[in-house]
Amino acid sequence: MGGFLTLLYKELLRFWKVSFQTVAAPILTTLLYLLIFSHVLAEHVQVYEGVKYTAFLVPGLAMMAMLQNAFANSSSSLIQSKITGNIIFILLPPISYVEFFAAYVLAATFRGVVVGLGIFLVALLFVSVPVNYPVWILLFALLGSGLLATLGIIAGIWAEKFDQLAAFQNFIILPLSFLSGVFYSIHSLPNFWQHLSRFNPFFYMIDGFRFGFFGVSDVSPFTSIAVVCGCFLFLSLLTLHLLRTGYKLRN
Amino acid sequence: MVPAIQISQVHKRFGAVHALRGIDLEIQQGQFFALLGPNGAGKTTLINILAGLSRADTGAICVMGFDVTKQYRQARRAVGVVPQELVFDPFFTVREALRFQSGYFGLAKNDQWIDEIIHHLDLGEKANTNMRALSGGMKRRVLVAQALVHKPQVIVLDEPTAGVDVSLRQGLWQFIRKLNEEGHTIVLTTHYLDEAEALCKQIAMLKQGIIVALDTTANLLNRFSGRSLTLRLEPAQLPESLHRLLTHQEKELFTLSIADFSELEKVMVELRLAKVQILEMELNQPDLEEVFVKIMSKQ
Repeated sequence: MGGFLTLLYKELLRFWKVSFQTVAAPILTTLLYLLIFSHVLAEHVQVYEGVKYTAFLVPGLAMMAMLQNAFANSSSSLIQSKITGNIIFILLPPISYVEFFAAYVLAATFRGVVVGLGIFLVALLFVSVPVNYPVWILLFALLGSGLLATLGIIAGIWAEKFDQLAAFQNFIILPLSFLSGVFYSIHSLPNFWQHLSRFNPFFYMIDGFRFGFFGVSDVSPFTSIAVVCGCFLFLSLLTLHLLRTGYKLRN
Repeated sequence: MVPAIQISQVHKRFGAVHALRGIDLEIQQGQFFALLGPNGAGKTTLINILAGLSRADTGAICVMGFDVTKQYRQARRAVGVVPQELVFDPFFTVREALRFQSGYFGLAKNDQWIDEIIHHLDLGEKANTNMRALSGGMKRRVLVAQALVHKPQVIVLDEPTAGVDVSLRQGLWQFIRKLNEEGHTIVLTTHYLDEAEALCKQIAMLKQGIIVALDTTANLLNRFSGRSLTLRLEPAQLPESLHRLLTHQEKELFTLSIADFSELEKVMVELRLAKVQILEMELNQPDLEEVFVKIMSKQ
């Protein structure tokens, strides 16, 4: 087994060993959102014609959880390793910066997808959700989780204490995901907010992902995939540059 | 034969601090080498650059002929580092930590060697224990095991016995000596100078990022710390001819500085000729601590 596969396996095992916290807890939290919001709003809101509000919520909530968990996985793994000092165990071996990047992104993406799948399967017990375009669903799940996993690496490299990482999570990730159309269609927003939402990459991830289920979306899935791929590419190049130069890791 | 470690004109700055000021050093294969210096001298910085944990501003380091930045894969395979800090991954057991470390170096089926290291470092009973549950000494053993897991030709130990009990120290040195006898190059930094004196054949001393002494242990001891001879005499009078050797006198106790054993013979002859009787005699061997203090205060 090469250095890359070992690092990938280690990263997978790391979150799997605490799966109550890393998988079960986000599934439960998201289902609570689903139950409460659908109970309060189901009778009053219909976003897409013929789609129950509870069903509408499922893809958005699943995607939001995927994004947040992919980010949490790579960022928390890195900052813990940095603060406890055990990052040297992966800096000493002959692992290239590309292998390092790929292992962290894949492990975090896997966690994101596992959480998303868990939410979807449990949600099916309460509500029926159609699956119109599984390829779009898979594409957005993988690319969205990968994008946030990459952002997690950047945050993990940049942050020097847990407080800074929490700030990144609470002041950037959380608002962007809550304001991305998880609970609503942006068409229901006033013009100004509609336009502003189009600058939020999370909106495209959630909108494109939802299209895979209902076949309806606020913008074309091709536009969404282009935005997501562009952001992913930009952040990947930035992360690879940081890893290659050893920024805050090899100093 | 290519040197185990070759360091050429390495400079490193941290802001205004010039941590390494043009280090040149060559360590031959199979040596047991000590890198000594006070805190902040630059030892760990130099080790970090050698191990790829940090980068030199200028200059180059080669391990077994491989540049640590340009040929980092080969260089890192050739070196195993025991870090100074007690670091560990709290998610895994001892055996898992060793298997992962082995895997990072591309060694998948390495259980036989892992078992051997576990045995030599007396970790057998704790092999399946989570790292969090280990004592400080046990964690230190695991760090040593992790550094050895890929059978590196060069082993760097950065203060490996800091805060470690006597039995672990002895066991650790026995194992490291065995590895050195098998041909591994050992580089040791330590503040326990008696350990360096007993184990290392070659010593470099670092002060404020500069190598201030580099020689064999024996030469350093001879050059900077001659033997001293303490005598209690009857009558309490030193012959005139030996006054040039006198370094200290307290009542009938005379301390003489002698360069080597041939001078001891001369002292005996002079005392016999002067009909002075020796009541007590103590020959003090040179020690590295004295050498270290002299060199550090001189520079």
